[in-house]
Amino acid sequence: MTSMKRRIFLKGSLATGVIGVAASAGLLTPRASLAAWSKEAFDAKDVNTALSGLFGSSDLAGSDKIKIKAPDIAENGAVVPVSVTTDISGAESIAIIAEKNTNPLTANFVLGPGTEGYVSTRIKMGKTSSVIAVVKAGGKLQHRQGSQGHYRRLWRLSPTRL
Amino acid sequence: MSSIKMRANAVDGVTTLKALISHPMDTGLVKDKKTGENIPAHYIQEVVCEHKGNTLLTANWGPAISKNPYLSFRFTGGAAGDIVKLSWVDNKGEKDSSETTIK
Repeated sequence: MTSMKRRIFLKGSLATGVIGVAASAGLLTPRASLAAWSKEAFDAKDVNTALSGLFGSSDLAGSDKIKIKAPDIAENGAVVPVSVTTDISGAESIAIIAEKNTNPLTANFVLGPGTEGYVSTRIKMGKTSSVIAVVKAGGKLQHRQGSQGHYRRLWRLSPTRL
Repeated sequence: MSSIKMRANAVDGVTTLKALISHPMDTGLVKDKKTGENIPAHYIQEVVCEHKGNTLLTANWGPAISKNPYLSFRFTGGAAGDIVKLSWVDNKGEKDSSETTIK
């Protein structure tokens, strides 16, 4: 009896030991636990691939109901404050894209039912480029860039950090 | 010490949440000057914010979010005294969460 218990105990400790090693070695990818994090979209090297990976489509329609607030000239490319506001009803998600970054997609915010069309964060920019906001609403993608100063040009000072 | 500092204020039925997370957000592209090797990527991938069991916001982030990320958004339906929970998970599987009371 005692030997059986001991056997079970050993088995148990061995099993947890293996899992612990696997987790620390990165074999159990934490990504498996993430619901919607798209590796394809975040690893994409250009805007269209990123959009396809994220939404399954890169068809964009321009919208004046999206506003991007970002500095014309950023003092530091590692910290560029960007806010996106949208009046589009039923907005499901807001994606922020820095066109000329190595991986253009910086963030995608999935909005809950009571959440308003507004997000604010700080992003890194590798080069002077335009910032694009893409809003998904009713299965359609709408984006903002172009006139009214929303096609922002940003400049970074420090060349070593992205 | 939690890695998350956050505050939620309700004004006229609209709650604004502001959060600061302390995290290195390494892209994996930056060289360590001493060793000459790239600092491995280490960045937050997902931030989830909940209120009364409803998910308010799920933020999927890439490495191009700035170090010590800042996040702000607004939602309706929150009242003073309610609890809002925010949690994050990074690409190494590290995680943290924190709660705050709406003021």
